[in-house]
Amino acid sequence: MLFCRIWGEKGQAALEKASICLLNCGPTGSETLKNLVLGGVGSITIVDGSKVEVGDLGNNFMVDESSVGQSKAECVCAFLQELNDAVKAKFIEEHPEELIETNPSFFSQFTLVIATQLVEDSMVKLDRICREANISLIFARSYGLMGLVRISVKEHTVIESKPDHFLDDLRLNDPWPELRRFAETVDLNTTDAVVHKHTPYIIILVKMAEEWANTHGGKLPSTREEKKQFKDLIKSKMITVDEENYKEAMEASFKVFSPQGISPNLQKIINDSCSEVDSNSSDFWVMVAALKEFIASEGGGETPLEGSIPDMTSSTELYVNLQKTYQAKAEVDFLVMEQRVKNLLKKINRDPASISQANIKSFCRNARKLAVCRYRLVEDEFNSPVQPELQKYLTDEDYGTLQEANTLKVLPENTAAGLYILLRAADRFAANYNKFPGQFDGEMDEDISRLKSTAVGLLNDLGCNGSAISEDLINEMCRYGASELHVVAAFVGGVASQEVIKLITRQFIPMSGTFIFNGIDHKSQLLLL
Amino acid sequence: MADSIPQSRSRDLDKLLLRPGNLVGPTFEAGSQLRDDIKECVRVLVIGAGGLGCELLKDLAFSGFQNLEVIDMDRIEVTNLNRQFLFRIGDVGKPKAEVAAKRVMERVSGVDIKSHFCRIEDKPISFYNDFHIIVLGLDSIEARSYINSVACSFLEYDSDDIPQEESIKPMVDGGTEGFKGHARIIMPGVTPCFECTIWLFPPQVKFPLCTLAETPRTAAHCIEYAHLIKWDEAHSGKTFDPDDPEHMQWVYSEAVKRAELFGIPGVTYSLTQGVVKNIIPAIASTNAIISAACALETLKVVSGCSKTLTNYLTYNGVEGLHTKVTEFVRDKDCLVCGPGVLIELEASVTLKKFIDLLEDHPKLLLTRVSVTYRGKNLYMQAPPVLEEMTRSNLDLPLFELMGKTPRDIVHVTGAAGKGDKKQSCSRKLRVIFKGMVGVTDMDMAGGA
Repeated sequence: MLFCRIWGEKGQAALEKASICLLNCGPTGSETLKNLVLGGVGSITIVDGSKVEVGDLGNNFMVDESSVGQSKAECVCAFLQELNDAVKAKFIEEHPEELIETNPSFFSQFTLVIATQLVEDSMVKLDRICREANISLIFARSYGLMGLVRISVKEHTVIESKPDHFLDDLRLNDPWPELRRFAETVDLNTTDAVVHKHTPYIIILVKMAEEWANTHGGKLPSTREEKKQFKDLIKSKMITVDEENYKEAMEASFKVFSPQGISPNLQKIINDSCSEVDSNSSDFWVMVAALKEFIASEGGGETPLEGSIPDMTSSTELYVNLQKTYQAKAEVDFLVMEQRVKNLLKKINRDPASISQANIKSFCRNARKLAVCRYRLVEDEFNSPVQPELQKYLTDEDYGTLQEANTLKVLPENTAAGLYILLRAADRFAANYNKFPGQFDGEMDEDISRLKSTAVGLLNDLGCNGSAISEDLINEMCRYGASELHVVAAFVGGVASQEVIKLITRQFIPMSGTFIFNGIDHKSQLLLL
Repeated sequence: MADSIPQSRSRDLDKLLLRPGNLVGPTFEAGSQLRDDIKECVRVLVIGAGGLGCELLKDLAFSGFQNLEVIDMDRIEVTNLNRQFLFRIGDVGKPKAEVAAKRVMERVSGVDIKSHFCRIEDKPISFYNDFHIIVLGLDSIEARSYINSVACSFLEYDSDDIPQEESIKPMVDGGTEGFKGHARIIMPGVTPCFECTIWLFPPQVKFPLCTLAETPRTAAHCIEYAHLIKWDEAHSGKTFDPDDPEHMQWVYSEAVKRAELFGIPGVTYSLTQGVVKNIIPAIASTNAIISAACALETLKVVSGCSKTLTNYLTYNGVEGLHTKVTEFVRDKDCLVCGPGVLIELEASVTLKKFIDLLEDHPKLLLTRVSVTYRGKNLYMQAPPVLEEMTRSNLDLPLFELMGKTPRDIVHVTGAAGKGDKKQSCSRKLRVIFKGMVGVTDMDMAGGA
């Protein structure tokens, strides 16, 4: 089986095990699912009660001329099956809104539910159901040139967050005894030019830091002046100007000065009340509890060593031996962690072997990069958004407005936040008038003024009396008339599928908050409400 | 609701194109005429029929464009199937452009997609001028750079160095890598061209040969040793073909031996392929996001139905979700989208002499130069028939060949750069013949 290099075999296995439910298979839902089926997700169930209409042929690739009048769920399901015959594809011809009302336990069977094109009322109901059943949920909505994506899950923890740029775990600011001893075996003052220019910068820096500390009362460089002097000291050891290893040492010298101890982010995680474990705790939190103990005792304020080093100018022999030194320390730290995990498991009456070695190892390697994501209930966000945040979003100008002076229109407000309010106002409008604003030609003027008063009412309810939405944006929302444009659906579906992959593989960090796609000028925004 | 109204296929798109709005481009004229023009008159070229190209064709077809063409030189491989949704296992080995065009036409009725199974350099420059807008779904810097230089070569400036609007060939460019991607609009002469912001694409890190030969440390070093050094030693004269599985297998097994010798872990077959082919990992979701942004901007540039992206969008989904719009600025001295490199010549200079001059010109360094003037081939390096036909021009004065025009634009194509860094390009030159133009006209030299 082919697997993607990005999420690896483990991520692929998680995808293949996943069972996903899609609500509504218009273009937003179909495109979301298409990306996941291509990625190798295990099984899909499509819920949609509508029949294919002629209008659908203009925005949904998964239906065609021959499908008009047939079940949309069936047609989309058949197309997706064709894309990947390994996926178990099912469909249910029923309106999601009815299913939410009549059969809430239906959703418990899935790993994750993707709810597309639901209006506010159904979103809130489904969210409660999934939260109760501990099922991951993601909402995706396309509406004219705008869109919304929102994850809803009580808690999502990530071990393999795979950040792009993360400082290597080299401990040059506090080398352990074996690394010091290894550095002692190398002579920086060698007269052999070939050896001199193949001494890896790790060794150069460990030795130079020690030399510095010996002449500075045991302290490392801390002031700007001292840091500069330290770099000059490194430079003075060069025999010729083209010694790459010494250039690398100067560039990496900041690693000697970097503060010891753990990041504020990790501090927050080990201080989380979940790190007080009991028999209901997840493996993640049991390992966090072990990590907390490790940091406080054996670690001396540090996490277990990651155990890998970046490529650097070096002889093969020194590099490989250096690698082994780091790996050996990582192994020692891991064994301590493993013991601590076992003890904790015993304490909470779980099988001490119930967390595999491989998982503990991965946890140790990634200890500095752990992530915990929590999401509010949609109902809470809708009824009581973080008021100061919302106020700020609504009054903030678009970032980059400065540069808009020479374009046609300077938007007087934050477009994304305005669109968020208007989408919610449109749902209220639909609940009151049984149609979306601007859905039918010829009723535009009336709809515009009604949408405006609905938006004003909504803002009042949210406590944002001072804020107003511009006439232009209200007009724009009515112009959209609840259309589901294919390109917007493809964008929104792309985002939704990417977040689903992150949730299922438990790799990378899923988005927080509510993502508002702004297709007018692409100044989209995450609203943390 | 409203059952009596017969439904249109463009039900959703009509809302955007048929209704007036306030947050739109200056040229927007809502109405069915606009919709029909997009359908019937606008011609769009998609470059690349891979992960981005497949999505682009679908997205553009659903955005009302019915005259599409696509160009791609590759054939479908098994490894494409997990993200290129138009291809099935039975298509492996067929040209991507042909299959992609056929699949989209099958499902979106009314759309016509003409496919070109060839290299982008194989098409004459005039081919590209036939389109109203060019959309790029590529994964190579060289190919982007080439298309950019072609599109910019159509740009004409008036005597005040103001770009002439009808000569602007808009491009929309997308690219992805893992969970990250970008989309941008290039309006040559108005927004920065690919070359103005070439620093956004840092050159590939190449390992020094001495590291590969003497002090390998990583699996990639071992693979590149087998690929770049060992292959030539073992196969005198035979070129390495990355698409030949036997060649790849050979490099893999040599890399394994090398790694064992030095005690280096991590050489795998898939890493070997990744390193040798310089594969940028791509996934379906990011391709979908970036293509959708590109197709949307294409529709907006053509129709004015909303504001447009100014001018560069980045997407990053690695840690959370970040999108950012950056307004980059043009490089006023850009060789590619600027008013053209000024070349002053004596009226007696022959075409041959002119071509030699370009080779030594410090800004150009052009070799294997072909020259066209107002669409007429003055000298062509290839094909042989054309070369023979135009050869006799070499000894004629360029001034004569240009119909004694004292100053005008000449287009040249050739290879730019030095040593092994050469790449195909197209350049626009402003040729002025000394003593033939009034002195007052010469102050435009400041732009060169």
